[in-house]
This record gives sequence, C-alpha cells and structure tokens, in this order.
Amino acid sequence: MGEPHITVSGLTMAYDDFVIQRDMNFTVNRGDIFIVMGGSGCGKSTLLRHLIGLIRPTKGSVSYQELSFWDASPEERRRLMMKMGVSYQSGALFSSMTLAENIALPLAAFTSLTPPEIQGIVSLKLALVGLAGFEEYYPAEISGGMQKRAGLARAMALDPDILFFDEPSAGLDPISSRLLDNLILHLRDNLGATIVVVTHELPSIFAIGNNAVFLDAESKSIIAQGDPKRLLAECEIPKVRQFLTRGGNGKADTISQGSKQ
Amino acid sequence: MPVSDTPPILLSRKLPVRRLEIALRGDWIATAARPSADEALAQLGKEDAPAEVCFDASGLGQWDSLLLTFLTLIENRCKAAGIRVDRRGLPDGIRGMLELADAVPELEGVRRASAKTGILGKIGLLGIAAWEETIAMLGFIGEAALGFGNFLLGKAHYRRVDLYLLIQECGANALPIVSLISFLVGMILAFVGSVQLAKYGAQAYISDMVGLGMSREMGALMTAIIMTGRTGAAFAAQLGSMQVNEEIDALKTMGFSEMEFLVVPRMLALILMMPLLCVYADLLGMAGGGLVSLGLYDISILEYSHHLLARLRFQDFAVGVGKSVVFGVLVAISGCMRGMQCGRSSQAVGMAATSAVVTGIVMIVCADAVMTLLVISLHW
Repeated sequence: MGEPHITVSGLTMAYDDFVIQRDMNFTVNRGDIFIVMGGSGCGKSTLLRHLIGLIRPTKGSVSYQELSFWDASPEERRRLMMKMGVSYQSGALFSSMTLAENIALPLAAFTSLTPPEIQGIVSLKLALVGLAGFEEYYPAEISGGMQKRAGLARAMALDPDILFFDEPSAGLDPISSRLLDNLILHLRDNLGATIVVVTHELPSIFAIGNNAVFLDAESKSIIAQGDPKRLLAECEIPKVRQFLTRGGNGKADTISQGSKQ
Repeated sequence: MPVSDTPPILLSRKLPVRRLEIALRGDWIATAARPSADEALAQLGKEDAPAEVCFDASGLGQWDSLLLTFLTLIENRCKAAGIRVDRRGLPDGIRGMLELADAVPELEGVRRASAKTGILGKIGLLGIAAWEETIAMLGFIGEAALGFGNFLLGKAHYRRVDLYLLIQECGANALPIVSLISFLVGMILAFVGSVQLAKYGAQAYISDMVGLGMSREMGALMTAIIMTGRTGAAFAAQLGSMQVNEEIDALKTMGFSEMEFLVVPRMLALILMMPLLCVYADLLGMAGGGLVSLGLYDISILEYSHHLLARLRFQDFAVGVGKSVVFGVLVAISGCMRGMQCGRSSQAVGMAATSAVVTGIVMIVCADAVMTLLVISLHW
C-alpha cells in the first residue's frame, strides 16, 4: 500500500470545444478509497469515464502504475480494463440475462474456469452483496437497490485491482447506503483493492474516503485535494467548506458528524 | 499479498480430539491448476468424521475468489454434516470475505426451481396468453377510439407541434423509400406480366395490368408494409422507451391521457399520410411499368399512358386509397399498442418493436384479404 496506482497528469477534458475541466493532476495510491466530489455538472462522471478508458483525454494522460492508458497497445489496454471493475449508477445489468448470467459473462469469456467453478463464484459474489439465492432473477424483477448491488457483484466478478463506483448511494435508503459503504470498506481491507468513488453524498464521503479531489465547475479545475475529513477541518476555500457543510458556514452538518463516529 | 510461484497444494491431517486440519499452501489463483476438493470432502463424509475442521494457511501465497468458493464448499458440507468450522487459521482477508458472504443469509423461498410444464400445460398457457392478448387488444382499440372521439369533439389534450412533426415523419420523410420500392414493384409487375402477355401478342395491355395492380392492390399494400417496418417499429420503440424512462407515468400524473397525448396524434398522422403515400406509390409504380414497356417492347410513353387512362377508373384508386386508410389505422394501433404494453427494460423495448412489426404485418395482410374479397363480391 502507499505506492501510486493511478496517476493523472495534465488531464484536460472537453467535448469538442466545450472544456469541462482543464489541467488536472492527482494520484490515487494503492489501497486508497479515493473520492471524486463536486457540485452537479462539474464533470465528476466525465472524469470517471476518462479513468476507465471510455473517453480519450483531449490533453494529458491517465496512467496505471507508470503505464499510460492511451499510449499502451490495444492488448495492454484490454488487460488493464479487465483489471478494473465498474459499478454503474443504475447497475447497468443486461436486462436479457439473469443475475447469474450477468456475473458469469466475463468469467466465461475471459477465464478458463469450468461451469461449476463459475457457478460457485457467481453464488459467492451474490452472497457478498447480500443477494444470496437471487441467481435466477432477471434485473427487471428486483428493486433498484438490489440492481445496484448486483451490478457491483458483476463488477467484482474478475477480482479487479481497482473498483470504480459511480454514485454508489444515489437512490438508496440511508441504511442500504450505509451497508454499501461498509461493503466498500470491507472490499478494500480484505482484497487490498484500490477504490475510486464518484459521489456527492456527504455521509459516504466522510465515512469511507481517505483521499479526494474537489472539482469546481466555474474555474474548471481541481480546487482542493486531500483527505475529506482534513478538508473539512482545515480547508479555507469557501466553496469546499460550503459543500462539505451542506451550505452551512463552516460548521459541519449533524449528518456528516454522525457518520464520522 | 505475498508473491510466490509455487503451485497450490491441499494437505489434510488429523489432529487429536477429532479435529481435521486442512492446510493450504502455494498460490491459489485461477490460472494455476488446483487440487480438487473431493479428497477433503471424502474425509468429512467418513464414519470417523472429525467434529471440527480447522485451517492452516501459513504457507498460502496469492489467492482469489476461487479459493473462497472452495472454502465455501467445504464449509457447506461441514454444516450439512454437523461439523464445526474453525476459521481462525485463515488470513484476515479471507475470513473477512467469508463473514461478509454470511452476513445476509439467503431468504427463505427466494431461490427458484425451474418448473417443467408438459405439452398440455404449454398449450393451455398459450391459449390463456392468446385470450389475454385479444382482451388487451380490444381494450386498446376501445380506448384509442374514445381518445379519437375526444379529439373530434376538440376536447383532446395534445401538442399540435407533435402532430405536425409526426405528420412530417410519416409523410415527407417516408417519400424516398416509398419511391424506390413502388417504382421497383411497378417494374416487377410489368416484367412478370409482360412475359405472359407477349405470348398472345398482347403487350399493349401491360399498362392495364400495372395500372390495376398498383392502384387496387400493390400501392396500398407495399406502402403499408413499408410503414409498418419504418414507422410502426419506431412508434413501438419510442413509446417503449418512454415507458422505461417513466415518461408515460409522468404524463399520467400531470393529468394527460396517454391515449390522447401520444396515441391519437400518431394514429391521425398515419391516417392522413397513408392515402397520400398510397396515391404517390400508385403513380410511381405505373411509371416503373412504363419504363419497362418502353425498354422491352418499344411502347411509347404516350401510348402507355393513353391505355392507362382509358382503362383506369376513379373506383380503382378509391379502392386502394380506402384500403390504405384502414392500413394506416392498423399500423398505428399495432405500433402504439406494443409500445404502451412494453415492459421496463431494454430487452422489452426490442421485443415491443419486433412484435409491433409482426402484429402490424399480420393484421395488414389479413385485413387486405378480407377487403379484397369484399370489394370483388360487391363488383366495385
């Protein structure tokens, strides 16, 4: 732990002529739970799509352990992508497949495991996200929160090094979202995985994050970096303070304090 | 995690007080060949089975999910045989993951057994499905008719802009494909017919055949089939996606009737545009026939059109146009109905589009057969 895992240097994100964020520099260390935060429309999700290799940066680079993603050969890039798991905002499960088939898909395609082994892993992953026994359900037959957890089970199918979460607690009740936070912590502690979370849920940010960047839509740049708890205590930038205190002037909100314990 | 390149090894040895120790050594990762669990499992099933199983993972290198499933298998067998499991010998990471997997026990009755239905059962289910389908279709037609009635009374709520856009989409935007297909169909009719007519030296009558064929039958039918594939499917996909995105729920809660707001404008657009497209297709088909008779039999355009005008009556066009109005209603109904019935997933949208086209074509061809019979027996 502690060595750089993802390095972003000089990254500028833009759609055609419309610049979203410019000249971003930050490092995610191995074993970090790294939070990408900021107000709506600041480019959080776009940054995530850059990190997982869905969009090519306009300028700058995203490197995984020294290997620049877009300078790598297509095979290397594919290998890198197989080491990443992404949990999308609404699960992004394939609706024509059962949960078991969803999770088995990458296992059957990219490993040489036998069907019984795959079945074992599928059951294990579903049990890990609290969905034991739901193998034969179609995504449309389970609730939104369950879809999200099943999406996470699929993201974990190939035992990824890095797990990305896009708004993990959006649309979940406080208890489920707390459970998901605990799950994320568990995964980091037990698997030693690096975790990147895009979110603006304050309780989650303080409960799990140990490093963060704060994106600002107006200045189109990162205006604060570091441990969210430290940012709350020390950061003097009004925007960041307002965000971290839910618009309050300096004092932490009761909710965020509750989750710190 | 420690890195080693040793192959995975499974050892088991008996300890005093009926304890069985399972030792894991080497790298337990998916790429290496792994020992099977059968041997360990066999020990658990024996008569002198241990009362407790413990683990020694001091020599364990790398591991992945497969080791977890392996351990789960052993634990499940132990649980079934009433053997205690001592996880203390496992590394923290594995223990944490196993505890996490146990944290939410499987709910009772959640797991599904796939029930097999016999052939009689299947036939019965098909019958029930067909009956429900008929009821749903009649219900939809009824609601659409009510919506249409409201529209005629001027009480329907819809956006006029939407109606104009739909008219453009179903009318002008469909012209290129209708032109191509009907021109070619006219040529094909002329080709096929002329071979027979030429045997009797009756090539001059190609125009009669093409003219009658296009105006009474092919113009309306081909336009209808094109529009089912082009517009009916689009309606179903669009309304289906709106269903998935909860847009239709939003309309309902705002107090709009989805029939008046979505279905009636689509029906109206098709009912207005289909006859126009049909007449256009008739004329282009006749032009296609003219090209063939000019090219193959040297019948001048003047002669061709003279024959055509002498033979064609207003009724012939009226029959085709009348059919096309009916087809327009059928395309709109099949497209909109499948869209509104759509489930809430992307797969359901695909199925809605497919079934809109299938339903549309079946209804069009059946209606055409009935109408043709009717028209002929009435000597129109």
